[in-house]
Amino acid sequence: MPPFPLPPDPSARALPRQARPLRPVLQVDTRPAPQMMRPAIFSFCSDPASLEGFQWLSCYLTTGKHMGFYVSFGTVLLLLAITAPMALLFGFGGAMAARARFAPLSWVGKGYIAIVRGVPDIAFFLFFVIALDQAIEWLRHQVKCPDWEAEVWQGNDFVVCAIAKMPQSSSPQWMHEVYGFSIAVVTFAIVFGAFAANVLFGAMRAVPRAQIETAEAYGMSHSQAFWRVLVPQMWVYALPGLSNLWMVLIKATPLLFLLGVEDIVYWARELGGSKTPQFTEYPHGDWRMWYFLALLIFYLGFTRISEVVLARISRRLSHGQATLAGEAQRRAKPSAEGTPA
Amino acid sequence: MKSLLLGSAALALSASFALADTVRLGTEGAYPPYNFINDKGEVDGFERELGDELCKRAELTCEWVTNDWDSIIPNLLSGNYDTIIAGMSITAEREEVVDFTQGYTPPSPSAYAALSEGVDLESGVIAAQTATIQANHVVSTGATLVEYPTPDETVSAVNAGEADAVLADKDFLEPVVSSSDLIFVGEDVLLGDGIGMAFRESDAELRGKFDAAIASMKEDGSLNDLIVKWEVGGTW
Repeated sequence: MPPFPLPPDPSARALPRQARPLRPVLQVDTRPAPQMMRPAIFSFCSDPASLEGFQWLSCYLTTGKHMGFYVSFGTVLLLLAITAPMALLFGFGGAMAARARFAPLSWVGKGYIAIVRGVPDIAFFLFFVIALDQAIEWLRHQVKCPDWEAEVWQGNDFVVCAIAKMPQSSSPQWMHEVYGFSIAVVTFAIVFGAFAANVLFGAMRAVPRAQIETAEAYGMSHSQAFWRVLVPQMWVYALPGLSNLWMVLIKATPLLFLLGVEDIVYWARELGGSKTPQFTEYPHGDWRMWYFLALLIFYLGFTRISEVVLARISRRLSHGQATLAGEAQRRAKPSAEGTPA
Repeated sequence: MKSLLLGSAALALSASFALADTVRLGTEGAYPPYNFINDKGEVDGFERELGDELCKRAELTCEWVTNDWDSIIPNLLSGNYDTIIAGMSITAEREEVVDFTQGYTPPSPSAYAALSEGVDLESGVIAAQTATIQANHVVSTGATLVEYPTPDETVSAVNAGEADAVLADKDFLEPVVSSSDLIFVGEDVLLGDGIGMAFRESDAELRGKFDAAIASMKEDGSLNDLIVKWEVGGTW
């Protein structure tokens, strides 16, 4: 544990402030009870100002706000777990389209790769997300409110009938969050799918031509050769590029806050920012460094785990391949089984 | 993607039986004393209390939503929430895009804070939050503007020596100055026409309800009580 800056001594702070009127923070609790009233984990946390050192820290680190921070780690991991396969799917589709023999399909695939790769992520996230959201609501509007007379576009405003809203404005906040999260997943999948498509497109072309020719000589149709020979062999060529993408994706999650999803970087910045005694029971200076240090450790650890897993996958994929790594494996274990496919 | 969209559509359908109209209040949650996230992780502050009271008077069910300052107006226009109540000053520039209620605070002074006296406010480096009236003002004085996405970072920039001084609402700087090494420098500047709630221009009915509620709070003095309690500048 790094030496945290000492928690400010509240009694020292209190002196020059005595002349001031009662602090708002003391009165906040008289409001109608908030829905999420959660008892403090430790009973001694009821009066943080009287605490010191470790006890203070253990109370501080278990506030509701910190729980939000911890939950956001789960949000990020969940996002990655869903986005990565989806992006791969988009990439695979894009690559297949790009190498299609039917020209217009190939243009669509190549256009997708070129356009999405060319647009800066942040612009994509600001523009595309709002556009996607509006497109969904517009479609629902057409279906559900055919009698609606007013314009959907009124000057700067985008107005659809109430039941076309996604989600309904009356639905609970978690539903809005799930919706925002889903939009985020789709957006990430489209953006990273374009990069993955380019990687897979290259990988498909890297499979030695002789392999396909052999397949054709055996009488396989075009699609049989594609699925049985090309696809199993291309992964080893795609893996370095895909692993790069994965690493970039891990670190791209702060873009989530543009969509209203609170990720770990948002919370680290919010929690680490200096807090004045009026507005919190746990005042402190600028602690962003410590929070970002925690994020650094998280990201480094996560990267390390990813590297180990990717190295394993790479070893597995190289097995029996006509690559240097595959050849090295063959020599090391002469008794291993023969050629693939 | 398709199944995902269908899934969300099903979610939304299942929710549509709840007919009570909820008004979603958008705020930033990073601008004490106006709005901030408290220790419990909820929106708190002057505007939280004000908004809850206004909703009570207008007999509306309200829900709080936080959004990044940068995209707070686009998301309002796109209908992701129904109003902005985030310490947003009423300016002619913003009036072109959104409609404001009457101000719920009188025009309040902005102030410069720095680590020492004698900072050159006319030609020095001044920190301000992006897309605020303070940022516009710094540009008009001829000083070098450095912009930050959150109010807290503008203060950190001065502490770290990246900027000579910060220009922000005095009500925001007051608690910062009283609990850190920063001091107020130079003269206060009066910017904007007070703080109001922003609505879509097509949403005149809802704006009218909140406008009436603000007027009634001004009348019976409860708005002044809130202003005094949270120390957000002058009373009416």
